[in-house]
Amino acid sequence: MSAATTGKTPGKKAAVQAAEPEIRFVQGNEACVRGALYAGLKFFAGYPITPSTEIAEHLAELLPRKGGVFIQMEDEIASMCAVCGASLAGSKAMTATSGPGFSLKQEAIGYACMAEIPCVIVNVQRGGPSTGLPTKVAQGDVMQARWGTHGDHSIVVLTASSVQDIFEITVEGFNIAETYRTPVILLFDEVVGHMREKLVVPKQGELHVADRLYTEVKPGVNYHPYLPREDGRLPSSDFGGVHRYNVTGLFHDIFGFPTEHPDQVSKLIYHLVDKIENRAHLLARWKEYYLEDAEHVILSYGSPARSARHLVENRRSKGDRVGLIELQTIWPFPAQLVREKTAHAKNIFVAEMNMGQVTTLVKQAVVNPNRVFLVNRVDGVMLNPQDIGRVMRTIEGRGF
Amino acid sequence: MERYRFLMSGSGGQGVITMAIILAEAAVIYEGRTAIQSQSYGPEARGGATRSDVIVADGPIFFPKVLHPNCLVALTSEASNKYLHLIRPGGLFLYDSDLVQFDVRVDMRRKGLPMHRAVMETLGKPQTFNICVLGALAVLTEAVTLESLEKVLMTRFAEVHHKNNRTALQLGADMAAALVEN
Repeated sequence: MSAATTGKTPGKKAAVQAAEPEIRFVQGNEACVRGALYAGLKFFAGYPITPSTEIAEHLAELLPRKGGVFIQMEDEIASMCAVCGASLAGSKAMTATSGPGFSLKQEAIGYACMAEIPCVIVNVQRGGPSTGLPTKVAQGDVMQARWGTHGDHSIVVLTASSVQDIFEITVEGFNIAETYRTPVILLFDEVVGHMREKLVVPKQGELHVADRLYTEVKPGVNYHPYLPREDGRLPSSDFGGVHRYNVTGLFHDIFGFPTEHPDQVSKLIYHLVDKIENRAHLLARWKEYYLEDAEHVILSYGSPARSARHLVENRRSKGDRVGLIELQTIWPFPAQLVREKTAHAKNIFVAEMNMGQVTTLVKQAVVNPNRVFLVNRVDGVMLNPQDIGRVMRTIEGRGF
Repeated sequence: MERYRFLMSGSGGQGVITMAIILAEAAVIYEGRTAIQSQSYGPEARGGATRSDVIVADGPIFFPKVLHPNCLVALTSEASNKYLHLIRPGGLFLYDSDLVQFDVRVDMRRKGLPMHRAVMETLGKPQTFNICVLGALAVLTEAVTLESLEKVLMTRFAEVHHKNNRTALQLGADMAAALVEN
């Protein structure tokens, strides 16, 4: 206790007063917090869990100072519900969790999909299933992020491989959530969450920050909360404000009241799916290195993308035609992009820390699925450049 | 500048991770270098083996972990036994000569200093042991300057700790300097 209160734990103190630009040396989790605040976060409810705890810890200190609300809830289910409520009432809202906590949030994430509530859910992945490996890294939640909540729906899942990218992708996550009124999952992992490196905090205005689209319907006039505009966007009105309307997890009509009418049910499910899937190309975020003439392409995301980059830079310096594509949008899966970028590759190596969740998607996306190989590690240890190198060597027929 | 790959190890509560963060922050914020710090830890809050990796370089750093350190710091025998075999040939091994016993024959530059004892004799409290180690490390490696470390100490800690931190930092630096001269 004394160690904590005497300020001996670095990272708790606002560190540097550097004038311009603001440079910090922080963990990925803190970069997420700074990104969320930059994007205008006003409400956080959560239940701290390793390895996402620092997000709650820093927000508990910083969010009230910015006039926002931080609540440590009784559990993850309640946190996700509180986030839905706060967002409906007009606040940019977020929660953060890991492992089993992400499982607990799934029902209310489905509610947010159905009721079209903008919100951001951070999942700093650890080993699973169940309580699994609380302090160790994994990327086993790729499919859960997409399909964890029941029923047909679409969702946006973003990831990042550096402290700087976490900041920027967090801002992007809020922008997408607010623009399309959807939950956005930020799928980080223990390594990038806990790793410390340089963060250059952009000045306000430097990165685009999207705000919610509001209705122009006057008070006292009928407002249809679930009547999409022609472009598919739903103008909002803060719940509890000037318009009275209903919100439900049931299939609903344009007033938000429950309906079982087949036409309306069908229209809603198509709307929920199309508003995201039809924009897959707009939502795709990625980075690419040396793809032009690459014979061997590594595809990765999150912390293993760093190992892949390490290997690619090394092998390029020796003249090997190796390239890298790092996905930052995982869902909607940018299948067309992956197909185009790997069209001329002899072999595609997918580097991820699970049993092949994205590998399956890549196999579905590319012309020749037989040339797609999984390079993984599922022992709680970060996939390293040698791990990738060994598999590539074997496939290239150069021994193990 | 060469690429420094530090592996710092000891027992939970000795300040190993704090030490790693201060070193890396000094390199990034005050020397304009690239640095990455990461740690591996178990569920326990105190005791148990602690390890933190720091890479300091002039160019970009992609893979953030240290597989083979060129500078290993061990503050307990357990830590030294666990990590000594990873050291790169010719690497620097800084250890506390009272707390660490080892019996390994490796091609390395071994630098044992009674840092814990010195801190206890000078300041009477073990809290700044890690700061003393940092002072020694700065002199032995020249990865960062003492001035940069001191700047981090001044911003990271409350004013009440400044005096002892400065003393401990200088203590480690002087011990290492004496070793270099001999």
